Amino acid sequence: MTTDTTHTATSAEHSENHGMSDAGYIRIAAILAAITALEVSTVYVDFGPLFLPALLIMMVVKFIMVVSYFMHLKFDNKLFSLMFYAGLVLAVGVYAAFLATFKFFIQ
Amino acid sequence: MTDTTAHGHTSSAGISNVKLGMWAFLGSECLLFGGLISTYMLYRGRVTGGPRPSQIFDIPFTSVSSFVLLMSSLTMVLAVSAAHKGEDRKTNLWLTVTALLGATFVGGQVYEFTAFYNEGLGFSTSLFGSSFYTLTGFHGVHVTVGIIMLMSLVGIFKRSEVPGKKAEVVEMIGLYWHFVDIVWIIIFTLVYLIPV
Repeated sequence: MTTDTTHTATSAEHSENHGMSDAGYIRIAAILAAITALEVSTVYVDFGPLFLPALLIMMVVKFIMVVSYFMHLKFDNKLFSLMFYAGLVLAVGVYAAFLATFKFFIQ
Repeated sequence: MTDTTAHGHTSSAGISNVKLGMWAFLGSECLLFGGLISTYMLYRGRVTGGPRPSQIFDIPFTSVSSFVLLMSSLTMVLAVSAAHKGEDRKTNLWLTVTALLGATFVGGQVYEFTAFYNEGLGFSTSLFGSSFYTLTGFHGVHVTVGIIMLMSLVGIFKRSEVPGKKAEVVEMIGLYWHFVDIVWIIIFTLVYLIPV
């Protein structure tokens, strides 16, 4: 009985915290697949000056969608977001500076 | 007590220590892959004595591999969802499908590496080759570790029923798996789609 109660509480908490149904996950996956198809199309279709920004924007959108919905970060405790994005921002900052150093000082 | 059994030990903030640890680990993994990706970006144009990326990359093949890995994220999240609902058979099914999709991706990567090697790109052929194999190889190892964890989980769950408290284990492996997927989202764009 205790186990049942625990299980029911867990399921309810899960729906409440994660706020997505299986159909919702399938919709997200369909959007991700469509964006991937668009990304691949940039190799074959000339996007002109929009090529690079479009690719980077699509990459970021896919990244955020997976992290927010599949990893549930959007619905979870904000401390998890802080831990993950702190690592991400630190990585991007440090390595952007690292690459800039090579670009500007080693030629 | 109920909260503890359902979600492991909780921190003073009332959140699961296991989950907190996993997110800290994933944050540190960002630094690892950030280093590998930026090294590749730095050296991708250094192709002296070897083929250029545009000469060896097979975009249609890698696109299919990327799609397979992306869909494995869907099956993983469905496994997590089923585990939270206490649906054991569905959980095992989705975990197995996820592992199979992951194995398909790794198989594709092995095929790709073999093809590149036959076309003249060895690990020490050029800085491009070294940084490319290191980056994608590290990612492949992560996927392989994920597959081993998934299959181990299926084996463990087949021997004993999956109570609600085990759902967090599935969720943690799910977080790792999705992380591997988001790393590939970045690699696919920066390495394969943006020309040198």
